Amino acid sequence: MSSLAVGKADTAAGTTPGTAQDRPPLRRRIALVPTITLLLGAVYCLLPVAWVVIAATKSGSELFSTFTFLPGSGFADNFSDLSAYRDGVYWQWMGNSALYAVLGALLSTCVSAFSGYALAIYRFRGRETMFNVLLAGVLMPPIILAIPQYLLLAKADLTDSYLSVLLPQILSPYGVYLSRIYAAAAVPADVVEAGRMDGASEWRIFTRVALPMMVPGMVTVFLFQFVAIWNNFLLPYIMLSDDEKFPITLGLYTLLEQGANTPALYTLVITGAFLAVIPLVALFLVIQRFWSLDLLSGAVKS
Amino acid sequence: MTSGRRQSYGVKGAPYAFLIPATVLFTLFFALPIGYAVWLSFRKVKVSGLGLGAGARKEVWAGFRNYSDALTDSELIDGALRVLGYGCIVVPVMLGLALLFALMLDSDKVRLAPFTRLAIFLPYAIPGVVAALLWGFLYLPDVSPFHFVLDRLDLPQPDLLDGGPLYLALSNIAVWGGTGFNMIVIYTSLQAIPAEVYEAAKLDGATPLQIALRIKVPMVAPSLVLTFFFSIIATLQVFNEPTTLKPLTNSVSTTWSPLMKVYQDAFGKGDIYAAAAQATIIALATLLLSFGFLRAANRRQKQEAAR
Repeated sequence: MSSLAVGKADTAAGTTPGTAQDRPPLRRRIALVPTITLLLGAVYCLLPVAWVVIAATKSGSELFSTFTFLPGSGFADNFSDLSAYRDGVYWQWMGNSALYAVLGALLSTCVSAFSGYALAIYRFRGRETMFNVLLAGVLMPPIILAIPQYLLLAKADLTDSYLSVLLPQILSPYGVYLSRIYAAAAVPADVVEAGRMDGASEWRIFTRVALPMMVPGMVTVFLFQFVAIWNNFLLPYIMLSDDEKFPITLGLYTLLEQGANTPALYTLVITGAFLAVIPLVALFLVIQRFWSLDLLSGAVKS
Repeated sequence: MTSGRRQSYGVKGAPYAFLIPATVLFTLFFALPIGYAVWLSFRKVKVSGLGLGAGARKEVWAGFRNYSDALTDSELIDGALRVLGYGCIVVPVMLGLALLFALMLDSDKVRLAPFTRLAIFLPYAIPGVVAALLWGFLYLPDVSPFHFVLDRLDLPQPDLLDGGPLYLALSNIAVWGGTGFNMIVIYTSLQAIPAEVYEAAKLDGATPLQIALRIKVPMVAPSLVLTFFFSIIATLQVFNEPTTLKPLTNSVSTTWSPLMKVYQDAFGKGDIYAAAAQATIIALATLLLSFGFLRAANRRQKQEAAR
């Protein structure tokens, strides 16, 4: 791997003489130690993903007999077995996860945008108190909230429903925090003031003037919340008992629980894990250019 | 900020109106459940007679009984100690790697940086349950490539899902999942450092290593402090990974971590009062730790500023 990188670097340096000419030749060389360290890190991070891609192609017997990283011949069978498992409940789980994550992240982004804008632009009594109380929510261990949430929702007869998973995840303290930081940076106070001079209502200023300026930050909040809800396990684990409403994380867990003692089910679990990884990785690759990740460190620094 | 020229009622009421959804949701799904949990932690069920019939089970005041039970519960204490040991591996290794990768990405003339950055960040997109499942299979002797290689070489094959190695196995899952995110946070704050800062050091003949250690690391210290803080909180709340590994090994008990113990007491044993008291203790410990940490961090920042 490293020799390949060196070779590529040399040709790259050779084809761009403009930048190389005015520098001493030594500086044209690539930094070997950092490149190799990063490649090792990449291999470590891709290893389990590569494994699941290959393992999903193996039939039950191949899984235990052939070398781990040798592709097998059973993907089509695994796929149809998984789709047939309990009348296609697997695809139901995928659909549920998409529903929870898309709807939950959308609502969460709206609430975060409203709150972040209000906390960043207006000065009003109780502003800092409200902000700090909301932020304290980040520190609450999820189970501290989930168990009483379950007990209270049970009193309202709402447990084991889509709403029981959706509603508690709409308010995201972290989302409010990021929105406030972003609104404060992206929406200048005099623009809001100019809107007022023109006689626009506060709501109109927000929707027509401020919100378009906040879009890049809100995309980031949406994506964070989408990943957080898609990856959530504890809340659905506590709230749901009907597996028709399970998200994919909980579905795979129950599949593993049943399959752990019957190696015949391993291929199902592995294929399920592989297919579950695809949408998020695809989404991740497509959108990573839209993430304003600098928001993160900006948020961290202030 | 507002000039006050056209301060109508609408402007004054607007921030409160914008905050209505957040306030309602906070009340229903944060404040109310927390209050309810605290209330439950002071309650217990009193069973009269054989415990049969409608009025036989009554909820009564328990005082601090649930708390004293929780603090002397060996399962909870063992769980806390296990998680402490686990955290002592995860946090330094994860943040060490994150800082190392971030510095490497930021160094001059590094190749393939966009690809490696994405690859290392990728595990962030994979749910903890799926990550634990993938690694769980990689640890499983029948399927594992490590065991395959060790077997061919006639070397002993350690059981990764038992005893001491289990800590490493679980820590590895957390390190794998968390390094990329922390790396990005540190890397973005490294990029925010203006280039002029290095120029003087370079002219003085400082090596890249010296620049990294003497200039870059101190300048991203605030990011390091916050990633450290959030990593500790996340580590203490570990639940998904050990729960997912549980079906694959007998070494992970149902009370392996404190949160698993709370879950087990609430839903396994059905003792929501004991669970509520334990949950309250964990929440208080987290809050104390957080405030103590933030105060110490603030004090240090002030000292640095005064210098």
